Amino acid sequence: MERFYQIDLRKIWDWLMVGLCALSTFALLAILFCVLGYIALQGISGLSMDFFTKMPVPVGLSGGGAAHAVAGSLVMVGLACILGVPWGVAVGVFLAEYEGSRLGDAVRFTADVLTGMPSITAGIFIYTLVVVEMQSFSALAGGLALSIVIMPVVARNTEEILRLIPRSMREAALALGIPEWRVILHIVLPTAARGIGIGVTLALAGIAGDPVPLFFTALNNHYWSLNITQPMASLPMEIFRYATAPFAAGHKLAWTGSIALIGLVIIPMLAARILMPGYKIRR
Amino acid sequence: MPCKITVENLQAWYYNKIILNGITLPVQANEVTAIIGPSGCGKSTLIRCLNRMHELTPGARVAGRVMLDHKDIYNGSNPVETRRKVGMVFQAPNIFPTMSIYKNVAVGLSLNGHRNKTHLAARVELSLQQVGLWNEVKDRLHQDASGLSSGQLQRLCIARVLAVDPEVLLMDEPCSSLDPIATIKIEELLRELRQNYTVLLVTHNMQQAARVSDFTAYIDQGNLIEYGSTPEVFIRPRDSRTENYITGRGY
Repeated sequence: MERFYQIDLRKIWDWLMVGLCALSTFALLAILFCVLGYIALQGISGLSMDFFTKMPVPVGLSGGGAAHAVAGSLVMVGLACILGVPWGVAVGVFLAEYEGSRLGDAVRFTADVLTGMPSITAGIFIYTLVVVEMQSFSALAGGLALSIVIMPVVARNTEEILRLIPRSMREAALALGIPEWRVILHIVLPTAARGIGIGVTLALAGIAGDPVPLFFTALNNHYWSLNITQPMASLPMEIFRYATAPFAAGHKLAWTGSIALIGLVIIPMLAARILMPGYKIRR
Repeated sequence: MPCKITVENLQAWYYNKIILNGITLPVQANEVTAIIGPSGCGKSTLIRCLNRMHELTPGARVAGRVMLDHKDIYNGSNPVETRRKVGMVFQAPNIFPTMSIYKNVAVGLSLNGHRNKTHLAARVELSLQQVGLWNEVKDRLHQDASGLSSGQLQRLCIARVLAVDPEVLLMDEPCSSLDPIATIKIEELLRELRQNYTVLLVTHNMQQAARVSDFTAYIDQGNLIEYGSTPEVFIRPRDSRTENYITGRGY
């Protein structure tokens, strides 16, 4: 009898623990769907081509969009991508391929500290370095600040993905008499491309919705501008402005802006997952 | 008999741990030399020293001389050049998963600056024919290699090495992940390859060493215990340690 009793207890624990895990998962999914659902409910009615192609209209008139903010976000996230991704990938390659050096450990620690640093510090840093020097807020400064935010994230993610590439693959290439830099560039990096790409889109998702680094750098702009030496609008800054404005039409634009922002983040994520050359790392 | 490689008093370390205690070993040209010994005796380290792969491991260090065609590969030679002359096949097939079958074979040439497409195609076909894989893959050269069996993958890895046109082939337990039928195919291949290449074969499989090799070296705890022609070593080993290992008695 004693044994049967023990087996029952084990099963009860099993159910309990599986139940807890399931509950946590459902709670997470419920929150996600509540947030997405509520945003969709509030903003979907304002979602039309006008939002992406038209400028805001004066208070009291109907219609209009936030084309300047969509374009501004694309430009500045794009700038951050151009500057931050190659930089981060290069640092990641250094960390993964030349491991064991003191410099590597120092760089890794620095990257971790930078990852955990509040993004406003990147804004202040670029403010003193670029904005004060240029004597103007600018989209360039905004892009630079965002690139500083993503660089350590991309670097550490790239390092982790590169470490998953089996050592045997590098050895096979090196044993063919291929120089190390070519092995890294033409064999290791393409094999890791998918993982690195997904990591990049996650990092981009983080900065696309973050107005904090932009406060001191790109500031905001209520008008259409693609001049990167001038202040530029962005979705998060305009969402903040519309949401705090005392007009119903503004609130609606803010909700629609949120949907646009989610789209801006999700589309590259899906693209990376579907389009990137697919080597799923097996462990 | 001409020696392709002469290993002279070769010592190798990982950090402070000595793996090879000064090995001196001739490797005859156009013959298969088997290297046998218990796990951890240093046989893999030995062949990894012959194409300078050992030094890629963190903490690895080498002393002594390895003469390839009477030229020391550790003194004034470029490791990348050495590796093109001394190819290596590993325990498990390690193909490049993002590349097609064709690119896997061509990569040693294409990443070393060979751009001529007809020349590349000819080398790929020749290499695949050498390993008996051409008829099996010629219709799917530009697909990825995931549909191949592990025996086919290992032959693909050998073709990849042959495409670079090496003079020596180092084989580090090339059959340890294969079934007996695939193993026999690789062994037949080794017998053919020795006509054009000098082959060093590390193996745990005593029957394989006896079947395939012309010379056998027995290594234990980083020392070369015995070296001689394969029949000699297997039928009349001079050292009792060799005999015990080969017969599986009281090691």
